[in-house]
Amino acid sequence: MDLEMNLNASHSMGTTIIGVTYNGGVVLGADSRTSTGMYVANRASDKITQLTDNVYVCRSGSAADSQIVSDYIRYFLHQHTIQLGQSATSKVAANLIRLLSYNNKNMLETGLIVGGWDKYEGGKIYAIPLGGTLIEQPFAIGGSGSSYLYGFFDQAWKEGMTKDEAEQFVVKAVSLAIARDGASGGVVRTVIINSEGVTRNFYPSDKLQLWHEELEPQNSLLDLLNSSSPEPMNI
Amino acid sequence: MYPYVTVTSVVALKYKDGILMAADMGGSYGSTLRYKSVERMKPIGKHSLLGASGEISDFQEILKYLDELILYDNMWDDGNSLGPKEVHNYLTRVMYNRRNKFNPLWNSLVLGGVKKGEKYLGTVSMIGVNFEDNHVATGFGNHLARPILRQEWHENLSFEDGVKILEKCMRVLLYRDRSAVNKLQIAKITEEGVTISQPYSLKTYWEFSAFENPTQGAVGSW
Repeated sequence: MDLEMNLNASHSMGTTIIGVTYNGGVVLGADSRTSTGMYVANRASDKITQLTDNVYVCRSGSAADSQIVSDYIRYFLHQHTIQLGQSATSKVAANLIRLLSYNNKNMLETGLIVGGWDKYEGGKIYAIPLGGTLIEQPFAIGGSGSSYLYGFFDQAWKEGMTKDEAEQFVVKAVSLAIARDGASGGVVRTVIINSEGVTRNFYPSDKLQLWHEELEPQNSLLDLLNSSSPEPMNI
Repeated sequence: MYPYVTVTSVVALKYKDGILMAADMGGSYGSTLRYKSVERMKPIGKHSLLGASGEISDFQEILKYLDELILYDNMWDDGNSLGPKEVHNYLTRVMYNRRNKFNPLWNSLVLGGVKKGEKYLGTVSMIGVNFEDNHVATGFGNHLARPILRQEWHENLSFEDGVKILEKCMRVLLYRDRSAVNKLQIAKITEEGVTISQPYSLKTYWEFSAFENPTQGAVGSW
């Protein structure tokens, strides 16, 4: 029996990350669990990181690798914005990330989803999996939890959702992945980016809908015992 | 060094007016069919069409190298432009040199084109093996498609016949290659230029009585 939790394992964000376009912008979503081996090092991490005012990135895989890549790209984009004289586009951000991911493919272990809004192309989602492939998609899923979502998206995804439909869809999806993936958990965070700006939302676990075999959380057994009558211990 | 996101076979043949090439649109991540709209045939300059199988990120990098190559060639502004034979040669050098440094680009490439009426179809692998032929394929296509092509290919195929043969090959690949997806494109290159078809799917046949009742001839077997 493995009693050691391997507390010296590197911080990995098992993760579920999602990026979805809708008619007007993008919605990014993620869980909040960061683990070192079997121990949950951070149960409320923020995996959706800002690169510029209008471009954000969802991070998965090695926490260290995704953080350093984000930091470099934020730095490059800052300079690019100054030189360009206007906000960077999501395409530029994605291509910069691709460069770092591809050229360091032997050393990095991070999968990223870039989402942003710019005045030229509107809302766009770019996936950059391991290896440094860059692929633009109407929606992207990533991280270990995404395995459980391929079927869900195949069945339920549709083009041209409204902002609220898209956000509810993302929250539902992350919540479903959390239900089945041990490496995903905690809260669901979303970031909505459109022409009007950026909105961050927070959905704590107890506010999410319950799935198969999950029970309504209680304060204590005692509440259940006190509320029901005839056979109290026969719940 | 190993690939992460990969694409499967490319099949190509010479026909009356030029080259026809077919490839499906699936991008696999290990055993997961993760991406289903990957375009892996691209025009190169005025006279060539490149199709690739293997690691997508390396293919994207090769496209960037070729962009530079073609741009540099255009900047001479001398009326000449790189033909398919030259592009194929360039790719061969790149692939072989990377292989020698033990850092290969994990792709098998198919390069086809027409220049001044002359048709050209070649292939180069990740270790630098390269050759030209009337029909070529990568990966599983070598085992499943080329026997069909050897039997059915002939000089001066019409466009319709060429497409039918390619579709026959792609259907077999769909049945027998685990990483194939039923969404493909067929590209053609002629003296006039490159056309890449819209994505489409092939009908497949499953209604053999032996499929419906596989153990009829030997009840109790599997």
